[in-house]
Amino acid sequence: MTSKEILLNPLFNNNPIGLQILGICSALAVTTKMSVALVMCIALTVVCAFSNLFISVIRNRIPSSVRIIVQMTIIASLVIVVDQVLGAVAYDLSKQLSVFVGLIITNCIVMGRAEAFAMQNPPWPSFIDGVGNGLGYSLILMLVAAVRELFGSGSMFGVEVLPLVTNGGWYSPMGLMLLPPSAFFIIGGIIWAIRAWKKDQVEESEHEIGEQTAFSKV
Amino acid sequence: MLEYYLGLFVRAVFIENMALVFFLGMCTFIAISKKIETSFGLGIAVIVVLTITVPVNNLIYQYLLADGALAWAGMPEVDLSFLGFLSYIGVIAAIVQILEMFLDKYVPVLYNALGVFLPLITVNCAILGAALFMVNRDYSFGESVVYGFGSGVGWALAIVVLAGIREKMKYSDVPEGLRGLGITFVTVGLMSLGFMSFGGISL
Repeated sequence: MTSKEILLNPLFNNNPIGLQILGICSALAVTTKMSVALVMCIALTVVCAFSNLFISVIRNRIPSSVRIIVQMTIIASLVIVVDQVLGAVAYDLSKQLSVFVGLIITNCIVMGRAEAFAMQNPPWPSFIDGVGNGLGYSLILMLVAAVRELFGSGSMFGVEVLPLVTNGGWYSPMGLMLLPPSAFFIIGGIIWAIRAWKKDQVEESEHEIGEQTAFSKV
Repeated sequence: MLEYYLGLFVRAVFIENMALVFFLGMCTFIAISKKIETSFGLGIAVIVVLTITVPVNNLIYQYLLADGALAWAGMPEVDLSFLGFLSYIGVIAAIVQILEMFLDKYVPVLYNALGVFLPLITVNCAILGAALFMVNRDYSFGESVVYGFGSGVGWALAIVVLAGIREKMKYSDVPEGLRGLGITFVTVGLMSLGFMSFGGISL
């Protein structure tokens, strides 16, 4: 695989959220505003890329019996750095993200890529793979955030796009979009869209529906 | 006093449900909810681990990491709270490991029932999330015991209910692209909508 493939594959063909069901844990709660979601995406991409890089650099020296702890320590240290930087540079945003920056540690994308890719590959491809998976995650997250913010509060990145009724406009916001359930519906819809486009990702049915026997004889 | 703790418990189970309101532990929540039996085992494991780790992390935070917490060791101006993430996850990993060895030796029945789920729990966001929420909200030791247990019960309840629905749904005719993952998300969304009705309860 070339670097380009490693970078672009996780975006559509092998999207970490859409296909691998990884990393939805900490993600959905931060998608009510696009600016908050963007910060989360950058944080995760940085952590994922560098954890892959560092783990790949020392991959031949990690005894396999303690590798999870080693990976965890590297990831946790990177998250601490990101958290401190956020607290210094964008204090308000880091307050809004509250515990969710910390939860990057247990984000399955980071752990999953470290375990599945960085442990077997040299540093440079691992780094690219980390960036690619971070971007794949960001793509879904920003899509969800865009839908939720646009329809939930009529704005994008805090700039009013649909003039609200309360401000003398015509758009009456959908309160549901700001509540937790909407994120699930939107992700479900996105998965549906991706699979309608890439047919090979459709899951096999566990149970075949038979012909309608009751009426077929009539 | 008892009333207060009961209120905290109910809030942790229903109003602030880990899985359906805060989206925590979603990976395992979606991946391991195909059968009621396995999801029940996982739920029990999460309850046990949460009930132990949240209070232990509470003690670590109060007596080692918080600003001025090291006063008992003669170092009142030390603030180690930046080490939080690393310590919590370390504590969780260690406790899960100890629990695994303990169960293997003394309660083999439970150990076999939990199987691979126990080590998996280390990377379950619900566990770390509960520890971080506990620190964020400044819970005391007593509160953290109740909160840990309550949020565990809430998570277990949610996953068992989802597994029940998915078992029934196996026989329904779902549109092609929505099959599997997609319809599960929509189901979880509807469940989450249902749980929002608890939001109005004030305790």
